Amino acid sequence: MKHLLSINDIDKDFAITILDTAAEMARVSEGPVKKLPTLRGKTVVNLFAEDSTRTRISFEAAAKRLSADVINFTAKGSSISKGESLKDTAQTLQALGADAVIIRHPASGAAHRLAQGRWMNGTVINAGDGTHEHPSQALLDAYTIRKHLKDGKGDLSDVRVAIVGDILHSRVARSNVLLLNKLGATVVLVAPPTLLPYQVESWKVTVSHDFNAVLPTVDAVIMLRIQQERMSDLYFPSEREYSSLFGIDAERLALTKPGTILMHPGPMNRGLEISAEAADSPQSVVVEQVANGVSIRMAILYLFIAGSQESINV
Amino acid sequence: MSAALSAGDISRALTRISHEILERNNDSTNITILGIPTRGAHLAYRLAKIIEGIEGVPVQVGTLDITLHRDDLRMRAPRPLMETVIPSLGVEGRTVVLVDDVLFSGRTIRSALDAIGEIGRPERVQLAVLVDRGHRELPIKADFVGKNLPTSKSQSVKVTLTEHDGSDEVRIEGESA
Repeated sequence: MKHLLSINDIDKDFAITILDTAAEMARVSEGPVKKLPTLRGKTVVNLFAEDSTRTRISFEAAAKRLSADVINFTAKGSSISKGESLKDTAQTLQALGADAVIIRHPASGAAHRLAQGRWMNGTVINAGDGTHEHPSQALLDAYTIRKHLKDGKGDLSDVRVAIVGDILHSRVARSNVLLLNKLGATVVLVAPPTLLPYQVESWKVTVSHDFNAVLPTVDAVIMLRIQQERMSDLYFPSEREYSSLFGIDAERLALTKPGTILMHPGPMNRGLEISAEAADSPQSVVVEQVANGVSIRMAILYLFIAGSQESINV
Repeated sequence: MSAALSAGDISRALTRISHEILERNNDSTNITILGIPTRGAHLAYRLAKIIEGIEGVPVQVGTLDITLHRDDLRMRAPRPLMETVIPSLGVEGRTVVLVDDVLFSGRTIRSALDAIGEIGRPERVQLAVLVDRGHRELPIKADFVGKNLPTSKSQSVKVTLTEHDGSDEVRIEGESA
């Protein structure tokens, strides 16, 4: 059984296969008939124990375009909110005959627990677990960067990417750093020292606290959301100060080279890490990231659940 | 084992098929040639070039990946998708000539018909193959055939093309039953 729990589950060649497959999937999404018979008869369960808009509807749209049956299972209004354990939920999904479970969970490692628990036979795809990883977001970000900066082909060598903001709580940043490294890109993390993870020096990145100095040197800027729901302490003196040092606005955006793209995984805190003017500028590819997300998730579903599990070889 | 088709045989077969396509369809500007990757795609571009040479007008040519429409997906490991290139005029209302290297069970062609339906509704679809080796499992027949090669099911037909393999040749491998 093959699962997608972490970017570490895939090697460079397979990551490129996912990106190439997504490019072909994008063509389907542009055609007059946005539906393929590929996953007919397969059941995909969206198990979302934490709020999500983009990721859930994106996986749902992807599964439906490939003709899978989709069951949405969200924390609110389900047995999870009544205190059901992950094991009992998994056994319920097994009884429903789920071929794949897309799991979003506030606890780091939840996807791993579900995959290793032997409670169900389906493929587990991590759609964000706590502050650990969010592999499909990293893949769609790499796809977006490759499309704009590498003509949609090959790896990301010679590309320099800044990831800015709340690295500490960001599963998006963790998956992104792993995947960008794998694909040959250089990564610069920009954040106040309080929002950098413990032992960041062991990551294959450079760290800077000077956003203005980094901006002219990079080809893509990924802004991260300030995750107030995960912040139990005070990590910066005031939102206004954070915004003035690490937020991006039109003035900062003007420091970038022409062709530099501005990304954000969403949802955006407009006025905090990103100004409305920057978010809506021509350099911003935030809306396109959502469309690319559907293509990437179609590619993931196809490559992980379309074939026979015995012969899968990734 | 000697080659079933030599480079010269392949070239002559493609020239003949090109003429047959033109004979069958009196308006060459309404033809769209779509090759099934990998080798069918190379053959499609060759046919288009020959037809352009005969007619003196550009021919609409592209490639069509059929992987997502296959009926054996759940039996095999997933494979990467190949490139689909739909020429500028699309397929709507046109005569589509599908091109593949070997016609065998007919399942690839069934998948291709579904894949075309996803792009549009052609006026008609015709099929050109370099080799028809028999053993059909579906009611599918080629309109244009380079060569009929009777084979046993245990044999395999190996097509090599210069663009992909460095040389042009068709071989039958394995013992006939």
